[in-house]
Amino acid sequence: MSSRDPFVRKPFWRRGPLRDRQLRIGFVFLLAVLIFALAGPSLAPHPYDALVGPPYGAPEGAAWLGYDYLGRDVWSRLLTGGRSILWMSIAASLIALAFGTLIGLFAGFAKGRVDQTVVWGTDVILAFPDLILVLLVVSMLGREPWLIVITVAIAFVPGVIRLARSVTLGIAGQEFVDAARMMGYSRRHILLVEIMPNVLTPLLVHLGVMLTWAIAMLSGLSFLGYGVAPPAADWGLMINENRAGLMIQPWTVLAPVALIAIFALGTNLVAEGAGRYNARIEER
Amino acid sequence: MATSMPTLAGPGAPPVALPEHDPKAANFCGLHDVPEEPARFALPGWLPWLGGRLIAGVATIFVISLIVFVATQALPSDPARVALGPEATEESVLTLQRQLGLDRPLPVQFAAWAGKAALGDFGTSLDSGVTAGSIVSDRLANSLALMALVLLIAVSFSFLLGVSLARRRDGRFDRVAMTTLILFKALPGFTIAIGLILLFSTTVFHLLPAVSLLDPERSPFAQPIYLILPAVTLVLTLLPFLTRLIRASMIETLEAEFITAARLRGIPDRRIIWRHAVPNALIPTIQGIAMSVRMLLGGALIVEVVFSYPGIGNALNAAIEMRDIPVIQAITLTTAAGVVLTNLLADLATVLVTPRLRTARNPRLRAGTRARLKLSAGGV
Amino acid sequence: MTLVAIAPGGPTLDVRGLTVTLDNGAPIVSDIDLPIAHGRIVGLVGESGSGKSTIANALSGHARRGTAITGGHVLIDGIDMTALDAQGLRNARGRIVANVAQDPATALNPMMRIGDHLDEVLVLHHADLRAQERRARIEEVAQAVGLPTSHEFLRRFPHQLSGGQQQRVLLALAFVLRPKLIVLDEPTTALDVTTQAQVLTVIRQLCRERGIAALYVSHDLAVVRNLVDDIVVLYSGRIVERGARDPFFEAPAHPYARGLLAAIPDVSERVVLHAIPGQAPTPSDRPAGCVFAPRCSSQTERCIAERPTLERLTSDRWVACHHPSGSRFEVGTNAGLIDDQSSEALPVLTAGNINLYYDERQILFDVGFDLPRAGCTALVGESGSGKTTLARALVGLGEAVSGTVVFDGEPFAVASAIRPKEIRRRIQYVFQNPYRALNPRQTVGDILKAAIRHFFPVDPVEASARAAAALERVALPHAILARRPHDLSGGERQRVAIARALVCEPDLLICDEITSALDVSVQAAILALIATLQADGLTVLFVTHDLAVVRAIADKVIVLRGGRIVEQGPADMVLDRPTHGYTAKLMADSPRLHGDVASVPPLAFA
Repeated sequence: MSSRDPFVRKPFWRRGPLRDRQLRIGFVFLLAVLIFALAGPSLAPHPYDALVGPPYGAPEGAAWLGYDYLGRDVWSRLLTGGRSILWMSIAASLIALAFGTLIGLFAGFAKGRVDQTVVWGTDVILAFPDLILVLLVVSMLGREPWLIVITVAIAFVPGVIRLARSVTLGIAGQEFVDAARMMGYSRRHILLVEIMPNVLTPLLVHLGVMLTWAIAMLSGLSFLGYGVAPPAADWGLMINENRAGLMIQPWTVLAPVALIAIFALGTNLVAEGAGRYNARIEER
Repeated sequence: MATSMPTLAGPGAPPVALPEHDPKAANFCGLHDVPEEPARFALPGWLPWLGGRLIAGVATIFVISLIVFVATQALPSDPARVALGPEATEESVLTLQRQLGLDRPLPVQFAAWAGKAALGDFGTSLDSGVTAGSIVSDRLANSLALMALVLLIAVSFSFLLGVSLARRRDGRFDRVAMTTLILFKALPGFTIAIGLILLFSTTVFHLLPAVSLLDPERSPFAQPIYLILPAVTLVLTLLPFLTRLIRASMIETLEAEFITAARLRGIPDRRIIWRHAVPNALIPTIQGIAMSVRMLLGGALIVEVVFSYPGIGNALNAAIEMRDIPVIQAITLTTAAGVVLTNLLADLATVLVTPRLRTARNPRLRAGTRARLKLSAGGV
Repeated sequence: MTLVAIAPGGPTLDVRGLTVTLDNGAPIVSDIDLPIAHGRIVGLVGESGSGKSTIANALSGHARRGTAITGGHVLIDGIDMTALDAQGLRNARGRIVANVAQDPATALNPMMRIGDHLDEVLVLHHADLRAQERRARIEEVAQAVGLPTSHEFLRRFPHQLSGGQQQRVLLALAFVLRPKLIVLDEPTTALDVTTQAQVLTVIRQLCRERGIAALYVSHDLAVVRNLVDDIVVLYSGRIVERGARDPFFEAPAHPYARGLLAAIPDVSERVVLHAIPGQAPTPSDRPAGCVFAPRCSSQTERCIAERPTLERLTSDRWVACHHPSGSRFEVGTNAGLIDDQSSEALPVLTAGNINLYYDERQILFDVGFDLPRAGCTALVGESGSGKTTLARALVGLGEAVSGTVVFDGEPFAVASAIRPKEIRRRIQYVFQNPYRALNPRQTVGDILKAAIRHFFPVDPVEASARAAAALERVALPHAILARRPHDLSGGERQRVAIARALVCEPDLLICDEITSALDVSVQAAILALIATLQADGLTVLFVTHDLAVVRAIADKVIVLRGGRIVEQGPADMVLDRPTHGYTAKLMADSPRLHGDVASVPPLAFA
């Protein structure tokens, strides 16, 4: 029996996963970046492609971060440049999660030959370093954002499949699943009611981890030139474009780097905090 | 068999003689539970497993080559047009098509290509005119040098750090270290690279070169100054993952029953750590190192681009920009083959290090170890 | 092979006022006074949570992570283990006091050879010995515990040994340094009954021969009775009774001890089991007065207000109670419920020619039996005998199985995974591990209602009512319906699992070792529950490895070995007059609670 009955509700920032300090910090970071990226475009003083100052100009007045290599306002471009990485990383992670979970669940449940083939297939894809796989496909097929998103998702899917599969195998071996089979519950019931809820939580934690990778990968891709095309504003692209002027005007590079870092850090802290919270619940 | 057994008179009667005679019962306690003796001169039990893995590895490389071929030659509507760009003339496109053999049916193309690739002949670079193979071998040496250096530093450093953190778990040093590591883990590789350039090459200190202008005639190790920043960047990307892995693995091992049992026998702490705990913690570490190699292969690309380091990643990037298909094929295939080889070596090392697997007739690694590790690792 | 008398002088082990607390201040054990004279074996008996393992560790000066020794002294041969610094502890551990762990599979370093394990401690504690002398000592102790001494054997790794051999290695590690005191923490729990008997023999003989004092920690009173000279009973962190063995078993004084004895089944005769009502408190919830008072039938106001201290009752008996009992302990016995010849009714289930394969190995060989209606049939076997596989096959969880099964006169295909819903409903199964038998994400109410609505076309209101009724039958409060499994104890979870089976209104209930993971007093309650269900007409097939449980509840017994039935028949007949050597051996190796002690009498060795 639990020794205490929590009838007294503590404020929400003291209960549940938010009790974890690191998770709180990560959550704050995430929220900040989200608001910045989403509200940014409406707050920008200048259009992102307007030439309003000298190339690599020093910070002055309203343009408090200076001007980039073409003379555009860095602050405006910063405000506008978050959306692409935001939607692309979220989309890639969600797509990978959806497909990977379905395939992994199926493989774990079916076992035997089907399972072996799926595992071997994931091994093949996992043999390519992430970035190289994405570059390979993107370079041949084109640079449209949605194509990049799908390719990144494909790079992540094998990991999700293996995770979903191993969790399913673990759950499917437990006695309560045997009990359900013995009772004669339908396959659908077993998958949805017995197995799925127990599998979901570790997968959701993994979603957070994937977000961190997606951010790194997507910003890296746009840094290499495989993201949104210029003159669009994008944090990774900004880093690439202004790299040459690093010594003269570091802010053009530092500002987007800082934002990417905060975004990645936020998702990472939240993901790991959620993982710790989950582990605490499951060990009871 | 039991027909000659006397029946018991009732509860509490003296124990009945054993139904079977055990010739191995050499002493008064009697041994019934002797498992079969291990064979004397048998081949190691893991050889058939290794053979199986080699075959699987070759099959994997075959499928990888298929994917590379499909991605570079089969998928794009016209590789020749892709290679020459949208401004090419019709004539040059046709010439290139004939040169690359694109007018032949696909399976024939693949067979020809695969056959030559297996022997190391990937054709001629469209961009520079030298063989793709020579580009690969030149650049590969530089990349391998960098990777070897990085691995050496990263593995030894994270090992020592991981073990000492595990011993001082939850102490102040542990918490500070872990927070720092988490920070670095979240930063994409190229951001670290740029940060380092900023610090050491430009505004703050003017110590190290921002661009690695390696002299191709000399070995990279003879020009260490160009290696430092790229190596430090890559080490910083690997360190968080490896340290946390070793730390977690040590903590888990230190909580094991046999460690407590050894402590209760009076075995000193130092011996417990190095003789009892570390060998057991080594096993996940081996897979972690394999994972690091894979991460290096990917992460090195961006770092090489940032520092203009003349390695294989940089070459691939350039080839992709130039749409130099033979070079792309060569590098991708080599890299993937390298990953497969690393995984095989890691699995073999795991089997050799684990007594339970080493002596078994049919070693079966715990499923999903590698995939699980990938999930805790970073991306680029 | 010499007689060892009690040496004069102080006791080998003298524990005074030992207290171990959790980091939050709650005490795990308090004020433990425990002397052990030279050469005597003392049994420390308690259920889970009583703190017995904590005491075992404290004797080596060790406290688990999150706990600390906060009071008292542990004197072994004059050396205070609690006052030693790290260096002193390292010297004393192993040499003065040795620990033998519970699970041999995890207590040995999987990467170190057996010989190296033994050599290591010798090098550490006896640096003056040369390699040859060490080797001689290793061989000597290996022979003493019954292990081969060949070079080849000592080069093996732990995983290449059987469970019994691994435990012997642990014993060898303990004895090789010739310590003054050996602490054994339930060392035979993970072993089957035959191996257990052998290991106990080794312990007994070695301790006698060498005059080594021993503390044997266990929850199993029957095992303890056949090994020790003195008994100490621990409840909720305090010693409640202490005394010589035989007088204790004849007339235990403390109500808890009496309750414990009344709850334990005995292989020698069929006793009526009585559960102890209530539950032991957690370390933070212990009452101020007598720790046992809330559950004690003879509690008075004084018991609630004032904690009793350990006081001398007779020359060799100490009790911590305000109302110790002086009377003899009598067991109520029972005759078997059904006699083989008298039953005319059709057996509920008849199985014939059952063969089962797993991965190309044959597990069950031509198994055939029948289950008498409204009776309790025990399916007995050791681990690996195939009993769980057989039970699972009966409910459709087997894979490559063939044979005939007739249920209530109607045959059905045991091989098919597709079976009529009615059959599924009427044969129900309760799993061994209560911690994995319930979906952690569902509430108890969800679990029960899902089963009800699966088999009966009732509306949700009716389903809730039936679920509540089932909980009542298993003596659980209605409030449990809203709880999730992780809020419940092992015993409660097992009852929920039984309730889940009951809501289906089955004719046959198969219980697969349902009490193996539970404490003795909880086991008694569950077995009593099964008996009441049986009285309502339910047929029970009870799978177990414990012959004492068989004796307590079974009308008929089927003995399984290596996938074959070696013997079956009325329970009392098979247990008292077995016709097969294997059954006879199982009976002989099972420790008894009453009747003659099956071992060498203390302080004599023939």
